[in-house]
Amino acid sequence: MILLDLFIGFLKVGCFAFGGAYGAIPLIRDVVMSYGWLGEEMLTYMIAVSESTPGPIMVNLATYIGSSQAGFMGAVVATLAVVLPSFLIILLVTSLLRTALKNKYVQAILRGLKPCVIGIVLATGIFMVLKNCFGTVSAPNVNVRSIAITAALFAAMFGYKHFMKKKLSPIMLIVISAILGALVYGI
Amino acid sequence: MNILCDLFLTFAKIGFFTFGGGYAMIAMIENICVENKKWITHDEMMDITVIAESTPGPIAINCATFTGYKKAGFAGALAATFGIIVPSFAVIYLISVFLDNFLELTLIANAFKGIKIAVGILILDAAFTMLKKMHKKKLPRAIMACSCAAMLCINIFSLNFSSISLMLAAAAVSLGVFVLGIAPEQKGGGAK
Repeated sequence: MILLDLFIGFLKVGCFAFGGAYGAIPLIRDVVMSYGWLGEEMLTYMIAVSESTPGPIMVNLATYIGSSQAGFMGAVVATLAVVLPSFLIILLVTSLLRTALKNKYVQAILRGLKPCVIGIVLATGIFMVLKNCFGTVSAPNVNVRSIAITAALFAAMFGYKHFMKKKLSPIMLIVISAILGALVYGI
Repeated sequence: MNILCDLFLTFAKIGFFTFGGGYAMIAMIENICVENKKWITHDEMMDITVIAESTPGPIAINCATFTGYKKAGFAGALAATFGIIVPSFAVIYLISVFLDNFLELTLIANAFKGIKIAVGILILDAAFTMLKKMHKKKLPRAIMACSCAAMLCINIFSLNFSSISLMLAAAAVSLGVFVLGIAPEQKGGGAK
């Protein structure tokens, strides 16, 4: 039953999504791949769309994946499931367990979770960049155009930071990459 | 205006006008809920930001639930949380209906191939930002390095091992180290 799968899948995401939106992306990727809901391509496209539209990225991804699998009801179920754990936890923390988070054992667990999430996000980033340029182990595919775009985007990001003294916004990076993609892959 | 309506509409406005996820939203929530509406105090806002970082889920949702609850109890929490979800839900739902047709145009498909590269870079960039803020101690570093290596292997060899198990393992190691009291001279490792 797809609605139940969506609910359970996104409940898992909601329960383990530490470290903000990007912390949740490897998790969502995991769940989506294991149920076979979307291909890697579509998921990556949707991450970009979520980044460029208003609202929390996690909620956006849940809505999209739900809708792609089971229409409007799927979207509703997935969105509610991803939000439910944080909603309940905040209610609990603010009404009953004000001190629970200060508990030393809870703190010890959190000290382990946070670096783990960082490692997972780092690995996902490295893997995605490498895969775009060189393909995978089972299907190697050295793509000169992709390598050129990757280099150009890194240059744009570091150049902007160096000369403007602030970070290039993610939306700007996505816009630049879209223009480069249309030009370079179109040739 | 009815407080529940006010909560819903205010958070819908915040949800509709913030791009770029959680941290952008916190600034907006601070501006509106603390300075304009005086629903919560600045200290409470700081508090909830810390709590949001130690609990799972989107930070914006955590802030909305907390503010709503403070202002009008359970119903308030519901109104604020729904408020922040509804705009992005509507926008993404519309996009999801049209995206497939849209991608059939070659120009758009090529643009999205470029975007795919940007997404990888954005994730990498987010990881580096998180790394900078991480505690520079042996145990977190070891856990970070081991999880990164394990996750890379999982990805590269398409292993069937979920990142949730990895997180549970890291939590267990950290808790174990704490309970056994060997944290100071911990040499790291074993945090697979």
